[in-house]
Order: sequence, then structure tokens, then C-alpha cells
Amino acid sequence: MIQFFLNNRLITTDKPASTTLLDFIRYDENLRGTKIGCREGDCGACTVLIGSLKEGKMEYMSVTSCLTPLPNAHRKHVVTVEGLNLPDKLNQAQQAMVDCSGTQCGFCTPGFINSMSGYALSTTSASIEEAISAIDGNICRCTGYKSIERAAAKLTEKLASKDQEQPLEWLVANGFVPEYFKHVAERLSEIKLEYHTNGQIPIGGGTDLYVQKHDELHDMDLHYLFDKSHLNGISFSEGQCTIKSAVTVSDLITNEVLLDAIPNWYNYLKLVSSTPIRNIGTIAGNIANGSPIGDFTIILLAMNARVTLTNKEDVSRSLPLKDFYLGYKVLNKTADEIITAITFDVPTAHTLFNFEKVCKRQYLDIASVNAAITVSTDGNTIKEAHASMGGVGPIPKYLEKTSTFLVNKTIEAQTILRAEALLQTELSPISDARGTEAYKRLLARQLFFAHFIALFPNHIKMEDLI
Amino acid sequence: MINIDAHNHVRGKSIYLDDIQELQGTLYALPFDATVAHAKIKSLNLEAALHRKGIVTILTAKDIPGENQIGGILPDEPLFADGEVHFRGQVIALIIGTSEHHCRQAAKLIEVVYEELPVITDAREAQKQDKLIIPPRSFKLGNTSEAWSQCDHIFEGRTDVNGQEHLYIETQGAYARPKEDGSIIISSSTQGPTAVQRMVARVLGIPMHKVEIDTVRLGGGFGGKEDQATPWAVMVALASQLLHKPVKMAMHRMDDMRMTGKRHPYSADFKIGLTKDFKIVAYEVTHYQNAGAAADLSPAVMERTLFHSTNAYFIPNVIAKAYSCKTNLPPNTAFRGFGGPQGKFVIEAAIVKAAESLGVSPAVIQKANLVVDGDELSYGQILQQVEARNAWESCMEKYDYESQKKRVVAFNASNSRYKKGLAIQPICFGISFTNTMMNHARALVHIYHDGSVVVSTGAVEMGQGVNTKMLQIVTETFGIPNHRVRIESTNTLRVANTSPTAASAGADLNGKALQMACVALSDRLKAVAQKEYSDATIDLKEEKVFANGVPTDISWNDLVMKAFTQRVALSENSHYSTPTIHYDKTKEKGHPFAYHVYGTAIHEVTVDCLRGTYDFDSVNIVHDFGKSMNIDIDNGQIEGGLVQGIGWMTLEEIIYNNQGRLVSNALSTYKVPDIYSVPKEINIIHLDTQGHELAIKKSKAVGEPPLMYGIGAYFAIRDAVKAFNPNVEFAVNAPYTPEKVLMDLYKKS
Repeated sequence: MIQFFLNNRLITTDKPASTTLLDFIRYDENLRGTKIGCREGDCGACTVLIGSLKEGKMEYMSVTSCLTPLPNAHRKHVVTVEGLNLPDKLNQAQQAMVDCSGTQCGFCTPGFINSMSGYALSTTSASIEEAISAIDGNICRCTGYKSIERAAAKLTEKLASKDQEQPLEWLVANGFVPEYFKHVAERLSEIKLEYHTNGQIPIGGGTDLYVQKHDELHDMDLHYLFDKSHLNGISFSEGQCTIKSAVTVSDLITNEVLLDAIPNWYNYLKLVSSTPIRNIGTIAGNIANGSPIGDFTIILLAMNARVTLTNKEDVSRSLPLKDFYLGYKVLNKTADEIITAITFDVPTAHTLFNFEKVCKRQYLDIASVNAAITVSTDGNTIKEAHASMGGVGPIPKYLEKTSTFLVNKTIEAQTILRAEALLQTELSPISDARGTEAYKRLLARQLFFAHFIALFPNHIKMEDLI
Repeated sequence: MINIDAHNHVRGKSIYLDDIQELQGTLYALPFDATVAHAKIKSLNLEAALHRKGIVTILTAKDIPGENQIGGILPDEPLFADGEVHFRGQVIALIIGTSEHHCRQAAKLIEVVYEELPVITDAREAQKQDKLIIPPRSFKLGNTSEAWSQCDHIFEGRTDVNGQEHLYIETQGAYARPKEDGSIIISSSTQGPTAVQRMVARVLGIPMHKVEIDTVRLGGGFGGKEDQATPWAVMVALASQLLHKPVKMAMHRMDDMRMTGKRHPYSADFKIGLTKDFKIVAYEVTHYQNAGAAADLSPAVMERTLFHSTNAYFIPNVIAKAYSCKTNLPPNTAFRGFGGPQGKFVIEAAIVKAAESLGVSPAVIQKANLVVDGDELSYGQILQQVEARNAWESCMEKYDYESQKKRVVAFNASNSRYKKGLAIQPICFGISFTNTMMNHARALVHIYHDGSVVVSTGAVEMGQGVNTKMLQIVTETFGIPNHRVRIESTNTLRVANTSPTAASAGADLNGKALQMACVALSDRLKAVAQKEYSDATIDLKEEKVFANGVPTDISWNDLVMKAFTQRVALSENSHYSTPTIHYDKTKEKGHPFAYHVYGTAIHEVTVDCLRGTYDFDSVNIVHDFGKSMNIDIDNGQIEGGLVQGIGWMTLEEIIYNNQGRLVSNALSTYKVPDIYSVPKEINIIHLDTQGHELAIKKSKAVGEPPLMYGIGAYFAIRDAVKAFNPNVEFAVNAPYTPEKVLMDLYKKS
């Protein structure tokens, strides 16, 4: 049995676990305000909120319900647009959208309202940047977004005085969410039922499997791992960071230690998908997917990360991530193993990290080429380097030769130019929807140069390289 | 006034096709389509699929009781492929089952054996092989062959511009339910209910009076549901008729993208001649339209390309020629601008090429050639009430373009990695269906005796706010508040023989008809009041009768009840057809447009020359709305149209491989603008003009024109790329994706 609150109502269902939350909401519960746009997490029309009880308090996040397996809602509060409606007036997000003409055909609108309400619920220091970020997974084809930006700004103004001590009470009192939100935590804590699965195919957030294999899910024997407490958590010990497999990108983008250690951490991770996908997409899923262009895989390869695999007998082994990929979507992993942890050294004062990604659209897109690098320096000399690149071959590529070459070299244009020549010998891009081979090779060069221009602005200028 | 649908939209209460409550026993339909682009069907084996769980039947061409034909302009498009397939995505069969899931599982069991035939995906290749949808057409003005000798400079070139996926967020869909006596009701997400009705009748072999089409609203249309909503509605109608059950289809996004046509890709050759003072003397252009495998609306789209081949410029000697080329792609179709954008793109490219060669800013040539009152366009229409120069000059002055230009030049001089680019995009867009006979509409108004009013027109609401504009006409004419009036669904039983909501003309045509109906009713009601105030001037406002400007004690409700008891007709059905327009295709001359819409936009872009990416800093627009009747809605059309145009010119890239397979087949591979990719600033200034008598309330049509401001995005990026890599010739090939930008930045001559 799966139990959760859907808006103001307790749901108990024995629907097949492979049912998407979207289908359940629309066709079992007949809540048609949540729309279907693409069924692959790329438009946000189906965005709902999922609230979890954490340390006695509700925490809400936006998710794309089309990619959310029903079990991932177990013991949660699922909020659709109907559950945000106030009895006698518009809520604040709705009013802002109406006042600013942020809705035209209206089909994407409930998704926007959910994302905006999620922002209202979760923000601790409202800003226009945060408001826009909250709706970065919502596509609108009518408005050109300017009116929606104005609505987001208006909402942000109204949130300026949000009471952080009693946030829910304040949000209810000020018409952001309906009254019943105040009682959800208590009601949720009363669900004691555990949900058990023991399938063969592990699934985390579902953000890839539900896109690639939507039609086959009915017949799959899935093992739901999302939000399992023993698989969750980010820990630090002796300069090392360990992330467990159910950790999401959103968990990492907000991690204070990493934000401190890596100057552009937030900006890099903003390039990974969109807010609702980051909220549910797991790091282990990104690695196990084996996509040659997985953003997080490329980041972790350059951090020289190791993965820990654990089988059903609870026997673990660990190996460097760069040895994990044997061929296109072929992994150094047995069928009964799952990724249980990823470890990497947290960059120190002498270790610099950079991530680059270029795609057709800067955000919420898959890279044509993505690239990462870690460079440890001693004065003007490179002591250690790890470079990686995606979209340039059948696997997410750790650039072994290029990385080795850089060691003990001086940071100067000559070094980078010679390294780039070597780099090209490590690449084998193909022409596809994300670009021609010639483009990917040129882009690989540019992004490799971009690393050094970004990391050593006093030593390396674009004019020195091109 | 805010869009009247906004309240329901934000509360999730608006009903779209897939939100209609299904009747018990509703079946689901899934189209089964060709996996090759051109072939003979040697065999089709449905056996295994028919025996799968949940499958009711599978329909093919042989099950059609009427004609297997849905071609609107030309009868060249079967509903189901019969013997041959001409594009990947062409529907061969319709699987009917108790759930969509069952249908999808069954689809995997259908076996088709093809004998493959040569595939053409390129328009020029099709033209070489004489594969044309219709014979080529040419518009001529003056005499170009004589004019070349008067030119000091002549430039030639080629342009290519890709198509565009509509990406309405609501996919195609329809829901058919049987009624008694062999009649049928179909809810359809269509811009053209009458077109659907006509094709259902044709395919089912029944009269149109047995077919009711009802459309509440669309989750976006943009032209993609003008003609191409029809097949899906016909399919569910067919299944419903044969099975006597309700049958529904709401398409999966990838099916929709694969099976439906898009904006037409065009290729073109141009030759432009100028005098030394930058007057364009002659222009010749040949357009190659990639129509896809059937006519659909391509002949009409091609026509509008010709009408707009000289954009907002007066050129005394013109030959504009166009070929509609038949290829093995899904039939391409209407998309906001309807061929006009593709026509304008070429003249802008020609001007830019001339400017680059002559070492002047394109703006110098653009400005020198803007149309003025009395200018004759290549199709014979003499322009009147022209606002092209007014818009241009207001734009330059109000946004201080000279300072902007200086700032950009200074920026580029002091930056090696980032370069800024500027482009100015004037527009001149003709309003009316170019097919004169389509410029008519009707409206039906009932005043119930409790004083409430219900309105039906032929206009379909798809986010453009036409229902709000209709409501404004009613409330202003009757002097009653919004809540008194309900705008009903678009329904073929209430309003018949409609033209689709398209060509930016929905509000004008339906609004004029509605205004006539409301004035007729208002006159009859005033006559009732006149009996009690015999010598007074009667007005209706503030829910009251006013006599000589003074409120009487007759309320709107009293007046309606008096009329009712006096047996005065409280319903009105009015018909409007646009006066003054005509066109003679045999001469390619006439006066096809009621009026033109003008405006000018300035784009500023910054290109990151290391990564090949770009950001739009600002787009500053002066637009000729006439007397806008709804500023909230009209500004929304400008912003949305502009961004859609920028998307077409920048990141939206349709990719078919040489076997006609759509590679950009999902939202993961076809990228439309997101909130971060739109210009940081969009400014809109309303040009103070008189409007036009043929525009509803002198409020000019606004749906399509702003899309064409987006063309400037292409040339702004090119301007920035040129600043980085000045001495190299670049192809003109839109969209200017980051890939093409980077390749051009580092292109060597």
C-alpha cells in the first residue's frame, strides 16, 4: 500500500508502483488542473509540490509529476493546483500572475503556480533570482516570460516580510496557501505504514527511466530507492566528501561546505537540468545512467571521485569512477550491485575546480559538450590535474593523457596549447542532434581554454590562446 | 482589462480537451504511423495486435465509409495511407483500445513490410525533379531586367531558413461521442471547427448537419491547429461512428512532433540592386518552400511569402517567384506569420549583404527605402495610412539609438572576448486572409429575459485573448458589467461556415460581426425605451437606460423584461464580410489586405566569443497598435510573438536526417526559449496612430506581426560575430544556434 496526502485528503492506494504520480492525479483522482505537456520533465506543465516531514516541519519542493513514481510520494504531502486554491479569493501567486497578465492560453499556468507557491513555501530570503530559479523548469510558449517575471517580482515583494519563525502560519494568514497546510505535519506523522519493494531494477528519482522506458514500466520489476534514509546523506571526514546514492542535485546545490569550498558551485549546478528535476534526480542515477554527457558524472570525474557498489549480500567494493565506464552504457557493475556512495576530496585553497557546459539553450538542456577540471597548484606550477569531458565519445571521458601531461607544467599559454593538442587525440565525437563532430571538437578546445581563462585570469587571457 | 480566462487558468479550473469528463465506456485511439519516409506498403499484418488485451479494433483505409481524403486546399492527403506512404509519421492505421497503454503495447505487434522508394527531404532537390505541389507563382512590379542597368551596386546570394515546431504546450487531441440518428459531436482542439466538420462529413460520408464540432479553448495553437487538428478529430469521429462508442485521443508529445507538420523551411536566391545613395532599385527573389508530402496550407503560405517579399520597403522593380516543393516530410503548415516571416528574412539578408559589402550599417539602407503613403507593392496594393517611417523614427528617437550605437562600438573596441551586435527590424504585415472569400464571420447573441447575455462567434480562444475582446464589445455596446456576459464555446451548430481563427483576423472579423449584432439588439432595446422617453436621446450604460445623458429608473433588467413582454426579438445573428478587399490571381494584382501593421524593433545582443553563446540585452519596440482596445492583451502578444520569433531565429532547430526521420523529436532535443533565454529587457512603446476603420474599434490586429521582429535577432548576432571575425563571408542560415555561431566565429576565409 502507498499512503500519502493529496492536497487535503489521505490517499491509500494499491495502484501498480510504476504508475506515475501525474496519471494518478489526473485519471484516478480526477484532478485535471495538473497538465500533461511532454511526459519527460522538460516542460513543467505537470509540476506539483511534494512536502516531506523533516524534524517535525514540512519542507516543500517542486517536482515533475510525470517522472515521479507513485511510491516516491509515500508518506508525503502532494499538492496540486487545486490544493493551493483558497475558498474565496486567489492566492498570492495566482493573484500576481493575474495582475501581471502572466497567463495567456493557460495550459502551462498551473505548473507555474505550483513552482511559485513552492518558492513561497521554501524561501528563507526571498529574491527575484530565487523566484526566477523556482520557475526555471516551466516552459511557456505564449507570453515570452516577461509578464511572468513581473509576477515573480510582485510575489517576491509580498514575501519580503515572511516570518521565518512561524512560516506556515504566516503564509496561511497572508493568503499564500490554504488553511489546511497548518495541520499537514501532524496528519502526516500519523502515517506509520512502510512501503516495501524488492524489485530487480533500482530506481531513484525516476528522471531518466521514466523518460526512456515509459511504455515498459508496467512490466518492470522495480526497486524504489528514493528517499530511503540509509541511502541519504552528505558527510565530510578528513577532507573527503561522501554522498550517498539517494542524494539529489538540490541537496548538493545547497550544501554549505561545498558552497564554501568551490566558489562557483551554485552556478555550476544551476546548469544541471531545472529546479524540479534537480529536486528528484539523484547523483547515483546520473552515474549509473552512463550517459556520455551526464553533467554530474563529468563533474565527479574531474574530482577524481570513487564509487562504492554494494550487492544484495551487503558486500561492498569501491573503484575510481573513471574505471566505472567500460563502453557506451556498459558499466563495471554486476546486476545485483547498486551504487551506495560516492567519495571525493573537497577542493582546498590550492585546488581549483571549474565546470563548463554549452548547449543550444543555456539552462534545462543537455550539453553539446561539457567539461570539468580540477587543478592543484604550487605557485605557478600544476601539481595535479584531473580533466573530464562529455559528449565527445561513447563514455563520459576522463582525459587521462591530458591530465597526466599537465602535471609539473607551468601555467602559461604554451602548456595549455600543447595540452589541447593532446586533448584532441583523446576525443572521438560523433555528429548528432547536439552538434557536428567538427563543432564538438572546436567546442572542446574552447571549453578547455575556458577552464584556464576562468581559473587563472591573471596568467591566461583568451588572446594568448586564440 | 485582464484576460477573462485568467482567474480559471491560475486556479486550474479551465477545461482543455483532455480535461473533459469522459463518458463511461470511452475508448482510446492511437495512430500507428509509417517508419519510413517513402515506400509502397507490401503488407500490413494486424493479427497479433488485434488479439492483444484491451484492443477493440484497428481501423485502416478500407474501413472508411466516405472518402479517404482530408486535403483542404488540394485533395492530396489521405486520412490513412493506402498502398503508399510519403513521410515518416504518416498514419497507416488507428488502434482502438480500452486504454492508451493497451494501444501502445498493441502497436508494437503490427507488422508492416515496405518496399522503399527514394526519399527527398530538400526543397531545391524536389524542385529540380519537378516535384511541386502547385505550379510556381510570380509577383512582378516594374521591370527588373531594365532596372539592373540603373544600379550602382548589385549583390546576389542565397539564404536558408529552417522550420519551427509549434510546441503548443497542449498537444493535439479530440473526443468524439455518438448522438442519435447517426449524428456525432466532436470536441476538438482546433483553430478551425468548420474545417474539422467538413472533413468529418467527407470521410464519414454524412452531411455536415450531422456533425457538431465544439471547441472551448486551446492550450496554444500558433497555426499548428489550423489545419492539422483535423486528422485526429476525423479519426476519433470515424472510430466513434463505426463502434457507436465515445472515442478519445490526446496525443503523446513525441507522436505529435513526429506526425505533424511545422513552419515551412525555405531556401531562397536573391539579387538586389542599389543606387549609390542606397535606394533599392531592383530585387529578384526565388523562394523554394519545403511543403512536405501534401499540400495542406502550403499554397496559401507560399502566397503570403510572395506578398511579404519586400517587407516594409518600396522597391520599384521586383520579381518574386516561389516554388512549393513536395518532399517526403510531414506536410508543413500554418505557423504565426504564415510564410510572411520567411519572405521578410530574405530581403533583410539581401540588405545586410549589401550593407556589409558597401561598408555601411544595414540601417542606412533600411531607412532609405521604407514605404510611404501611395507606394505600390508588387501585388498592386497602394499603401495608405503608412506608419513605417513614423515607427522607425519614433523608435530611433525614443530609445536614443545613436547613443546605444556609440556604446556598442565602444564596448567592442575595448573587449576582445565579448562582442555586442545590433540590428533594427522594421515590419509591415498585411491583415486579412489572402484568400478573399475567407474574410467573413458571424456572431450569435442571445439576451435572456433575466438580463444575462450569451455570445457565440466563430473565434477560437487559444490564449490570444479574443474572448476578452469579444466581451468588451458586448459590455461596451450594452453598458453592462462583465459578469452579465458569457462567451460560449465555438460550436458549428451555433455559428456555421466559419473561417479558422487565423491570419491575425479573429478579433477583427468576429468582433465586427459581434458589434453588428450588439448594435442591432441595442437599437431594438433603445426603441423600447424610446416609447417612454419619446423625444430623448437614449443611451445604455451603467446597467441603466439614460435619457439625454440622465439616468432613468429603467434598469437593464427592466428594459430587457419590457422588450420580452412586448415580444421584441432578443436574439441576433449578424454577418460581416470585409469590404474593399479583392485579388485577381490570374494577374497577381489586387488589394488583398484590409490594412497593414507597422513597427520597428532594435535588438542588442552580446556574444561570448569563447563559448559561442549569446544573450539578448534588450529589444526595444515601437509598434503600431492603432487604438489598442486592450493594452494588457496586446502587449502580451508583442512580447510572446517576439520571443517566439527569436526562438525561431536562434535556438529552435528542427533536424530531419536524409531519410526523413525527425531527430529533434522531443523537448529534450528541440529547445524553445526558457525564462533565461529571453531578452533581459523588452520595451514596448505604442505608436500614436489613428488606427484603421477596418480594425475592430480601430485596434489593429496583433497576433502575427510581432513574431517578425524576431528576425532582427539573427542579424544582431551576425553583427556581433562580424565584429569578432570581420573579414570572412558567412552563409545566411537560420537558426543561428550556438553551434553555427562558434563555427562562424572561428571560420577562416
